[in-house]
Amino acid sequence: MAISFTLNGKPKSVDVSPDMPLLWVLRDTLDMTGTKFGCGMALCGACTVHINGEAARSCITAISSVAGKKVTTIEGLSADGSHPVQQAWMEEDVPQCGYCQSGQIMSAVALLSKKPNPTDTDIDDAMSGNICRCGTYQRIRKAIHRAASMQAGKAKSAA
Amino acid sequence: MATTPVVNRRDFLKKSAAGGAALVIGFHLSPRAFADQAQDQEKKTPNPFDAWVRITPDNRVTLILGKSEMGQGIMTALPMILAEELCLDWKRVKIEQAPTNPKIYDHGTGGSGSVADSWLPLRQAGAAAREMLVTAAAQKWEVGTDTCKAEKGSVVHGNPKRYFTYGELVEAAARLPIPNFHTVPLKNSDDFTIVGHDARRFEARDKATGVAKFGIDSRMPGMLFAVVARCPVFGGKVASFDATKTKAVPGVRDVIQFETSGRGASITGGIAVLADNSWAAIQGRNALVVKWDEGPAVKESTAELHKQFLANAAKPGKVVRNDGNADAVLSSSPRKIEAAYELPFAPHACMEPMNCTVHIRPDGAEAWVPTQAPQWAQGVIAEAAKLPPEKVIVHTTLMGGGFGRRYQADFVMEAAQVAKAAGKPVMVLWTREDDMQHDFYRPASYHKMQGAVDADGNLAAWKHFQTSTSIAAKWSQKGADDSGLGEFGTGATLPYVTPNLRIEYTLAESSVPRAWWRSVEHSSSGFVVESFIDELAAAANQDPLAFRLKLIGTDRKIPRFSREEARPLDTARLKGVLQLAAEKADWGKPLPKGQGRGIAAFYSFNSYTAAVAEASVQDGSVKVHRLVYAVDCGRPINPDGIRAQVESAAIYGLSAALHDAITISGGRVEQSNFNDYEMPRMNETPKTEVHVVMSKEEPTGIGEPGLPVVAPAMCNAIFAATGKRIRRLPIRAEDLA
Repeated sequence: MAISFTLNGKPKSVDVSPDMPLLWVLRDTLDMTGTKFGCGMALCGACTVHINGEAARSCITAISSVAGKKVTTIEGLSADGSHPVQQAWMEEDVPQCGYCQSGQIMSAVALLSKKPNPTDTDIDDAMSGNICRCGTYQRIRKAIHRAASMQAGKAKSAA
Repeated sequence: MATTPVVNRRDFLKKSAAGGAALVIGFHLSPRAFADQAQDQEKKTPNPFDAWVRITPDNRVTLILGKSEMGQGIMTALPMILAEELCLDWKRVKIEQAPTNPKIYDHGTGGSGSVADSWLPLRQAGAAAREMLVTAAAQKWEVGTDTCKAEKGSVVHGNPKRYFTYGELVEAAARLPIPNFHTVPLKNSDDFTIVGHDARRFEARDKATGVAKFGIDSRMPGMLFAVVARCPVFGGKVASFDATKTKAVPGVRDVIQFETSGRGASITGGIAVLADNSWAAIQGRNALVVKWDEGPAVKESTAELHKQFLANAAKPGKVVRNDGNADAVLSSSPRKIEAAYELPFAPHACMEPMNCTVHIRPDGAEAWVPTQAPQWAQGVIAEAAKLPPEKVIVHTTLMGGGFGRRYQADFVMEAAQVAKAAGKPVMVLWTREDDMQHDFYRPASYHKMQGAVDADGNLAAWKHFQTSTSIAAKWSQKGADDSGLGEFGTGATLPYVTPNLRIEYTLAESSVPRAWWRSVEHSSSGFVVESFIDELAAAANQDPLAFRLKLIGTDRKIPRFSREEARPLDTARLKGVLQLAAEKADWGKPLPKGQGRGIAAFYSFNSYTAAVAEASVQDGSVKVHRLVYAVDCGRPINPDGIRAQVESAAIYGLSAALHDAITISGGRVEQSNFNDYEMPRMNETPKTEVHVVMSKEEPTGIGEPGLPVVAPAMCNAIFAATGKRIRRLPIRAEDLA
């Protein structure tokens, strides 16, 4: 039976087993490989996406549970890498191997949407579910602070 | 010597008219002891070429990269070197991954060697290309070459300036005689505008937007996804299996039993479940009923290995090095100390689990492999497919971490066997559990250390006995007869002066696969040597920094023990990083109550690193507050890339020091995922500073050398804070109590 949801702003319908995790629907059914497989148990955060704006681990999210919901993946953040968090990631030269960074960025965007000016403790709390084996944590922290000030600047100039 | 390529002009340069107007310059990279170890043992014909510069008439400059990007930044550093000599905006250089052709390339990426080995050849290639372009312009203008010069992708002449772009010159330049690489003028390093300046990672945008393609992202029409059931016990076999329930899982297409063998195989074979998607394949494997013939390794355990270590340590080992008479001095010294250190197996745990995609057709094969060793992958697939290697196209993809794990071919071997049987493109995907339980681990080791300090505070004797599940026993040509020297790394070339130095080794038997883990033997040696020297400093009641500096002594170059071809250890540079790290870390200044500072320095991969850690212990757990590094890896190409690598190695080292061990029970790995093998996370990351020495020495490696010093610096800091000496890793609560 087809399951319908909104993916990166567009309606999407897939006919897969209802218990198939969203991760594998994205990667193997829809060939959207920006979302990564790391552990399959919500332990590493590589598969992080947004469901109705909340960060979620797609590897343990059954596709049936996203029916009617809005899913955003790294591909949906911006068409050209212009999202302030992506920009900050490039400015701070965060990625090394880069494999975990889609998930890191999705977690960071979710954090900033709730806390536009996060403290280091806020960052620890929001980001400790995302593992980076290259150990880019220090740069991730800096990039989140940078993105926060970029967004604040943008908000200011808009006002 | 190994680090300076011997240049043969004939081999070095190849001019090609292929493609009409492309200027193609190849260059040879010297064989490296580590990088080529596996390949030498494969009896691979050495290849003199490693990469090319291509300039097309539309002014595009492409570096064809024969090295693999796994996060270490090689896609950025190598183009910077080339662009420097070519007088280009380095950001305009494009990168293209080399096709796997063992007649031309020597792709092996490991041993922190890519920049070190590419530095001179890339400069020479860039300079030769530049000279040819200048000559072509001079001929067009009918002026002397000395009146023309290369500038930002053009050759310019006269006042007012006239110019030709490289693209306009390339057709003529490609037909010119090629300059002698020995004499081609290299840029004066004072004029460098790219090398030595911070640069952002070439592929950062792709990695921030999800566009970057890793091996696991390979997709092609009609492909199947496979997961493999492997015997959890090392060396075990399939006795029988029942796939009835597996075949009933929706999406499952096939179940294939296969065997793997030969050099590099980590399992004897397994059962692959092939499906339309990864999820169905995983579900299908869960439904598989397998009876394993577990074999003799089922008796092995970490506890048994520890007993073996103790039994080995009770007897003398093979003498690896013997200067003076350490035993006699130790037996008579009133100020002798003795300590035993132990390190466990450690997993690579790359974030991208192992995977390999292969399509074998009757007339050829194609594969998408996240690999540090594409040639080995090519050979393995060719053998499985019964094809000549040149019929196997290997696409080296980006890697979600490598750290030595992807120098292996076991995952390629499996995929080749499964793809051959399937007759379709197949990705063999490893789950995290597969990856954790079928790695080639950093060896487990046990070290008995003895040392004595005389009344003047000099090192009277040093004895280092090690027993380990060596890498050499598995990979060197001598196997179990190997001397054991390699298990000590530069720990066998002790920088601390002593007339009495003895090093012994005994192999410990184990079925656990092991190989090169980030910084390899230096990860253990650095911890043991730099912890024990700290113990001796404490026993002598001396400051750990002052004690080290005194024992290192005068400025000199110490030949590497039994490796005269290797670069000597430069004591001035080692002292330099010790002093720089200490200064930047405010060594000697008071810290908040409960915190301590520890220092460590080590020489590995021809680079010098020192670290000062600030740590405290609260409620039985360690908190690292700050890490200050000083690193000297010769002339920095991309200083920010160096800082990134050292920050990374610090966390990688902390992971193995602070968290879990890989333990064995019943011949199998007990850990399975990030719940029982935990990783350092954001909240545990210390503030890390990396100070890069702006040296003018030849560039050397930096992907690994940051690692060996982090555990000893941290444990020495714990000692300074608490008086507790940590002698086994990972740190256990009972050792802190």
